Amino acid sequence: MIDGARPSISKFGLGFLAHDVWNPVLNQFGAASFLFGTALTSLVALALAAPLSMGIALFLTELAPKWIQAPVTALVETLAAIPSVVIGLWGILVLGPVLRNDIEPGLHSALGWIPLFGQPQTGSNMFTAVIVLTIMILPIVSSISRELFLGVPNELKEGALGLGVTRWEMVRGVMFPYARGGVAAAMILGLGRAVGEAIAVTQVIGGFVGIQWNLFNAGDTLASRIAAEYQGAVSNLQVASLIYLALILLVFSLIVNIVAQVIVRRVARKQGLTR
Amino acid sequence: MSAQPSALMARSHGLRRRRAVNRGMEWMAWLAALIAVAILGVVVWSVARRGASELNLNLLTKSPVPFAPPNVTQGLANAFAGTLVIVGLATAMALPIGILVALYLNEFAPPSIKNGVSLTLDVLNGIPAVVIGIFVFGLLVVGHGQSGMAGAFALAVLMLPLVSRSTMEVLALVPNSLREASLGLGVPRWRTTLSIVLPQTLGGIVTGTVLAVARVAGETAPLLFTSSIVANATSWNPGHALQTVPVAIFELSESPDPADHARAWAAALVLLLFIMFASLGARWLATRTRRKLGAAR
Amino acid sequence: MTVESQPSVSLETAIKVETRRQPMPPRERLEQIFDIQDLDAIYGSKAAVKGVTMEVYKNLVTAIIGPSGCGKSTFIRCLNRMNDLIPGFRMNGSIRFQGEDITASSVDPVAVRRTIGMVFQRPNPFPKSIYDNVAWGLRVLGMKDNLDERVERALTQAALWDEVKDRLKASGLSLSGGQQQRLCIARAIAVEPDVVLMDEPASALDPIATQAIEQLMHDLKSEYSFVIVTHNMQQAARVADMTAFFSISTGGEGQRWGELVEYDATEKIFTNPSDQRTEDYVTGRFG
Repeated sequence: MIDGARPSISKFGLGFLAHDVWNPVLNQFGAASFLFGTALTSLVALALAAPLSMGIALFLTELAPKWIQAPVTALVETLAAIPSVVIGLWGILVLGPVLRNDIEPGLHSALGWIPLFGQPQTGSNMFTAVIVLTIMILPIVSSISRELFLGVPNELKEGALGLGVTRWEMVRGVMFPYARGGVAAAMILGLGRAVGEAIAVTQVIGGFVGIQWNLFNAGDTLASRIAAEYQGAVSNLQVASLIYLALILLVFSLIVNIVAQVIVRRVARKQGLTR
Repeated sequence: MSAQPSALMARSHGLRRRRAVNRGMEWMAWLAALIAVAILGVVVWSVARRGASELNLNLLTKSPVPFAPPNVTQGLANAFAGTLVIVGLATAMALPIGILVALYLNEFAPPSIKNGVSLTLDVLNGIPAVVIGIFVFGLLVVGHGQSGMAGAFALAVLMLPLVSRSTMEVLALVPNSLREASLGLGVPRWRTTLSIVLPQTLGGIVTGTVLAVARVAGETAPLLFTSSIVANATSWNPGHALQTVPVAIFELSESPDPADHARAWAAALVLLLFIMFASLGARWLATRTRRKLGAAR
Repeated sequence: MTVESQPSVSLETAIKVETRRQPMPPRERLEQIFDIQDLDAIYGSKAAVKGVTMEVYKNLVTAIIGPSGCGKSTFIRCLNRMNDLIPGFRMNGSIRFQGEDITASSVDPVAVRRTIGMVFQRPNPFPKSIYDNVAWGLRVLGMKDNLDERVERALTQAALWDEVKDRLKASGLSLSGGQQQRLCIARAIAVEPDVVLMDEPASALDPIATQAIEQLMHDLKSEYSFVIVTHNMQQAARVADMTAFFSISTGGEGQRWGELVEYDATEKIFTNPSDQRTEDYVTGRFG
């Protein structure tokens, strides 16, 4: 892959990362606006998915009656099995119009002072991408968290409840700290998933080169730009630049996954001792 | 709540507030679970409702016609044929290698190699599919052109860690006493592995393979660069680029024509049904295998 | 802290033990803290304990002894609604705590456990610092005034302060098993409950740690009431003022459940029990 990206690397160097132009006509390519779009959509999606996933995991381990646990666990895992192209199809044809017409104007008028919630522009925009990404990382984060919560020793939970604290106080004071490392790893894996998702994002994000904060405007991520130009590359330099984008993505996902897997392994070893 | 016993309440300052917080948090957790289930319901229902009307035999047998007048019945026969060919080839590539890797790691490799390689497999599993697509593009497509073979190779790369990991999981369940009994009879290690251990894990391997097939059958990104510039006629030749179901859905979803959307929904419904049945079946098979091996322990 | 010097009383039984017990006042002069009437503890459709009627007195140590499987742990976990955490568990009968029936569904188990604390069989310190193990409950329960002072007092009462005062920031898991259990006791008494339930608190500990825990129960019973489950008869004889002996009963169709056989002053149980089953058990002829 480094070989494939060489023309672009030698032409633009590391300045590629800071350059926010992507112009096939002028043969000028830079990754900055896609890096920005990736960071913005993935982080907002993680911020939405994190509390939801914690809620789902707590529901499945602490609250749900026994007969509900297995089916809901299976349903959450089924959500993970839906192909991204199907989620994207739903995102562009169903979710996008609903968000554009019913949700975004309300968010803009209520929270318009935050730059993220600017004037709604197109139906395909970063906000739709954020929601789609949230849906896609929800199952992975919640099913890992569920396993982590199941691993909290019963004695610890009883020790806390025996003091006369409520269930939530026990969860916050004992379960969360106990599972902290693993939950962090689950979040990192979720982030990695969001950053690397190409298809569904390409379908809904619209495509826009440039750095801007308004979620209700079109944007682009590294992965979506790669997928969007699959047939349209006109020059060798453009192809090389696309491979350069993929290289950035590869390096990032390698780091994310190695870090997360090492944490997961450490946690698993620790729990193996106490379980 | 004045009915609370005084002796108990004497020390429980702020219990009412704490109980309210607890109740609030419990409701949030219920709500979160409800949202997840509702999302699944809405997505599946959207696909089913919109896809059902176009779901007929034409979809599977007729080819797409570019710039067709409205009265021509179109299908996605080329995409279904392509998916069959590419996923079949990918499975043929990934299955033996995945099983061999798992057998080697679980039965023969020293712990350091086992840990290192399984970490690599997990990391490989986390690499975005689009990156795999670009990688195979650089490896096989540049200079040779797209082909079903290249697409199958990309999917096989995605399948490999799935197959290996699930096979390793079942192998770990095979009781050591079985291995020892066979080795004790003087049967060599490789014979033991092949004729004693492997048959025990058959159910698990099938489960893992079905799940892996279900996963890659819906993958679009790796195929965009390897097998997407295609003819509309149905072809079974992996030497050429073949249309696939996910790529077809992807392209149709970006079309402005509602008729194209309808076919996209129908294809999505077929894909979804296949994936859901495969996962449910695999899940059922997995519990069965686990129970069988658990009982043998 | 020195052990009060008392004339050691030799019990005329098969087991010879030393006791630190003071003579018990007559039972009618004692203040009741629990009044348990006809209590059944049931998991699903299977009764673990049936028909327990007894009262527990304030500022005494009450021991529950009996063979394994007699439901003593199940019973003690009824006293602070700990069994509520087990799906399918229910109780019949009543447990009046200072006059209020705590088995009633209108009673919040959180309030019950707040007032009736528990120490478990295996030491279960939180994965927090020694200081935070004790302080966490205080903070959550709103006892935030003089936090340092409260933590020090609880650790002192649990006879742990001198050993840990220089490393309060160290993890509670870094302590030895006996120290961990005393940390758990400090955690339980820091929030000032009325009763401390102990479910075989010394079963995982060495003799020195066991002695420390017995000493601490003795020293603290003027402030708290203790109910202790133990499989160790010598321990019951050493620490308890009152002892209840539970045994296993069998019915038709292989049903087995625990029931209370005899409940009396410890000395009476160990020297002159009224029930043959108790005598068989305390003299080692059974179980």
